[in-house]
Amino acid sequence: MTTTIAELKLQEKQKSERLGNSDWPQENVERTVRPAPDRYRNAIGKFKVDRLASCIACGRCAEVCAYGVHIKPEGYKFTVRPLDYRCIGPDCLETGQDCMSQCPQNAITVRLNPNAECLGDPRWSSDLVLSTWHMAETGHVPPAHLEYRYGESGGGFDRIRFKFEIEEPTLRPGSSDVEENVKNAIPEEIDTGLELNRRGDNRPRVHIDIPVYGGGMSFGSVSIHTILAKARAMTAWNSFTCTGEGGYPESLRPYDDHVITQVATGLFGVREDTIQRVRIVEFKYAQGAKPGLGGHLLGDKNTPEVAEMRGAVPGNALFSPFPFHSVYSVEDHKKHLDWIKEVNPRCLVSVKVSTPTDVDMVAVGSYYAGAHIIHLDGSYGGTGAAPDIAKKNIAMPIEFALPKVHKFLTAEGIREKITLIASGGIRTAFDVLKAIAMGADGVVIGTTEMIAVGCVRCSTCESGRGCPRGIASTDPELRDLMSLEWATQRLINLQNAWREQMVSVLSILGLPSIQSLRGRTDLLCYLTDE
Amino acid sequence: MPERYHIHTKVNPGRFHRVGKFGGVDFREDCAQCTKCVKPRCDYDVYEHETEHNRNPLAAKQPLYECKACFSCVQGCTKGLLSLSINPEYLEMGDEYWKPDIIFSTWVQADMGKIPVSGAGYRGPFHGPGFDSIWTDMSEIVRPTRDGIHGREYISTAVDIGPKPMRLVFSTDGKILTPPSHLLDIPIPVILDIPAWPVSQTGIALARARAARNLGTVAVLFAEDVEKVHERDLTSVVPILNREDIPKHQELIKKTSVMIQLLDDPEVETTVPKLQELKPEAIVSVRLTLRPDTAGRVVELVRKGIKVFHLCADQHGCERVRSGESGRHIKDVLREIHGRLVEEGVRDEVTLITSGGIALAEHMAKAIICGSDLVAVDTALLVSLGCRVCRDAHPLLIDGADQPSAKPLHRSCPVDSAVQDIPYAAQRMVNLMGAWHSQLIEVLGAMGIREVRRLRGEVGRAIFMEEIEEEAFGDLDRVPLQQVGV
Repeated sequence: MTTTIAELKLQEKQKSERLGNSDWPQENVERTVRPAPDRYRNAIGKFKVDRLASCIACGRCAEVCAYGVHIKPEGYKFTVRPLDYRCIGPDCLETGQDCMSQCPQNAITVRLNPNAECLGDPRWSSDLVLSTWHMAETGHVPPAHLEYRYGESGGGFDRIRFKFEIEEPTLRPGSSDVEENVKNAIPEEIDTGLELNRRGDNRPRVHIDIPVYGGGMSFGSVSIHTILAKARAMTAWNSFTCTGEGGYPESLRPYDDHVITQVATGLFGVREDTIQRVRIVEFKYAQGAKPGLGGHLLGDKNTPEVAEMRGAVPGNALFSPFPFHSVYSVEDHKKHLDWIKEVNPRCLVSVKVSTPTDVDMVAVGSYYAGAHIIHLDGSYGGTGAAPDIAKKNIAMPIEFALPKVHKFLTAEGIREKITLIASGGIRTAFDVLKAIAMGADGVVIGTTEMIAVGCVRCSTCESGRGCPRGIASTDPELRDLMSLEWATQRLINLQNAWREQMVSVLSILGLPSIQSLRGRTDLLCYLTDE
Repeated sequence: MPERYHIHTKVNPGRFHRVGKFGGVDFREDCAQCTKCVKPRCDYDVYEHETEHNRNPLAAKQPLYECKACFSCVQGCTKGLLSLSINPEYLEMGDEYWKPDIIFSTWVQADMGKIPVSGAGYRGPFHGPGFDSIWTDMSEIVRPTRDGIHGREYISTAVDIGPKPMRLVFSTDGKILTPPSHLLDIPIPVILDIPAWPVSQTGIALARARAARNLGTVAVLFAEDVEKVHERDLTSVVPILNREDIPKHQELIKKTSVMIQLLDDPEVETTVPKLQELKPEAIVSVRLTLRPDTAGRVVELVRKGIKVFHLCADQHGCERVRSGESGRHIKDVLREIHGRLVEEGVRDEVTLITSGGIALAEHMAKAIICGSDLVAVDTALLVSLGCRVCRDAHPLLIDGADQPSAKPLHRSCPVDSAVQDIPYAAQRMVNLMGAWHSQLIEVLGAMGIREVRRLRGEVGRAIFMEEIEEEAFGDLDRVPLQQVGV
């Protein structure tokens, strides 16, 4: 069959309209918020509601409860077990229209849930975990009884506030007057998008709709469902996810346009065609959780599938050394970047580094080597496995590195030519906003996505069969604890809730776009001990 | 190929009652005996181990430390009968410095001899007092000397103890006038010190001496314990002496290692020649209680010819102030002392050993960064044997005597039973030091530093909270916390 010139032109036109370079049919994922309740039978909430045996099943509690904790379905003789994860606790008791005071038998007790107290830690407080779950379930701002804005680490983002939060403590996303304002401001006009290429070279500008993209998690460290769910959710939000080091699973191909492929020190799974099919390639020099140490995949986790993708022998432990043994200078670094740019003439190049004292020099060096994106990974970032000593002590937290780099790039006069991305400890939408106000263009998240799909931070991703909740495990039985559809929906919901908060805060601040917030440290304040 | 230093760790489970963080609560009376029970599906077999004693009378009754709080059972039970709570006994362990997490992690390190590795990011507070306000640096790209993971075995952790003359002095006819220099070369920057309060004193001393020999380092012992030490271990023993004790311990001094510790006294410098008469190669270190004026005393003694110092902070790593309060943390005191010695131009001739509050491997690295040459561990060794830092009848020493008055212990002490078996106790100490050694190498490797001697006083390769906070947040408006009511 011959092709007419008109058809050829049409094909050319279609090709130029396509986002990326992929030769694989690209799948579209709908950006719709739908409820995605906890995948376990008993969801955990901040409060525990118990009904004693003296209950006479009168159904009064179901009548008064406005939050769906008590339910007595039509035709049922008994009230079903309280869905206490929905309970808002003391705020409800104040109204007098609560189950405890209305129960004719005094059979209902509401108390703090001991399970919730076991959950979390200073960095990811119990409230943060629960509120992230709430956002992933509903897609909207969590209720006021959960502190969804800050953790309890006592430093960094947890000590930084927007001035309006101090001046008018009632002003917060989700409160009725703020939402009214947002409606009047027409949220569609508040732009949360970001362009990733500012160099002004001939490469695509690459626009993302939210200032957030997903961090690298390799196949082997997390399950294929987790990888695909991340990719699908970011496709829905027209943003990116990252393969991590360890190859490009075939099942990711339908999302090529929203995948960043990583070239890390071990060069596992790096092939010319994987670099050619994506829009962004990321060089991983170091990872915030274990800066300067490199990776180590235990022999047990190196299954035939993993080995195939990495071009390795199954069952052998795989070391990803540190650093790149071909890069000892900015010139070597440029040579590396040029190599990738040559292989894929349309891709952007991102450089992921961790945060030593001279991180500002590293950032400038990366710019002159030709990087489009400099990605700082702070030392409190996530990992599938790392020595505890490294997680806590090596390199500085992102809160310190970010202003340092932003100021230095500004002083060098190249700030507008490079995209600065922050990661390593971005837990909430408020962390995103603060990071941007401190000088970042956007952020990368990892742990938050894991929490959204049900991680409880039990820190056992690396041991035995892997994650007991099936998120970070290649064990088939554990993997199937989580379905792809459910996980995708949770992540889409999370980003919607975050975007709502960003829009609310920007409207409170009177800013038209997320980019106009960048570097606005005048809007922030720092809480001190004195 | 040069011989590499290797610590012979081996799995050596603790023989003490362990306290775990999470406990399960189970409303068994409501159990419906359904077929979807979550208990057999526990990833860590916690429920199976809990009932193990039904089948095996020798099984542990309460393996309460195995639950990882993954909530799979809590969330999966068909009737929602299970819940978790934090074990109050766990929270009661230790104090504000020796936190339960530190104690638990030390137990695991002493069990396995391996570096603690876990998934997910850092969990703790952003920063804290003392060592928790320091981050160590890493080197990003430019590092031609680093040979990746395979170069790690070549990172040296050896340090020298002893006077190091900066130059040789010759007479006009070409003879060396400088007296021969004796150095004690140990392969890890740690020596094993006396526990801060008297727990099973002799037993611990014997175990420390054995562990020190296995590690190639030395253990500091009271003279009266030295007599009971096995012949083989004697060369790894450093006796502590008073000036008055020397005549009666002459034999002992000849048999032990080259290093000797003297307690500080106003005329301590006059004692040194007497010791060197007895043992010409002796390296004499002076043991000083860390006080606000210690820097001055160190400089004074250096001028009088003493070159090795053991600085003893309290168990929380703070200097002792006479008023009964604890003073500055060793990170600040060490920087002061190190700085003074640098100003005096004698830093390289002097060896500083620091003890007190060295609870984790990171403390070792950070104390060295702040200016110590090496550290001495004390309480951590007790913890490796199952101690929970209850300090039974021995309140935290803040002021006063270096040694508390011995009072009887009130309850059974896990350390007492551990030291009944010296090889077991020594192996646990070796395991702990093995884990610390690996962690030190991780830190050095990340920095691209090839030997620990170069880490000493390298404050440029560390990030200090006070400085970085000002640099990063200096341009933000400051609001006192109380105003916000956090």
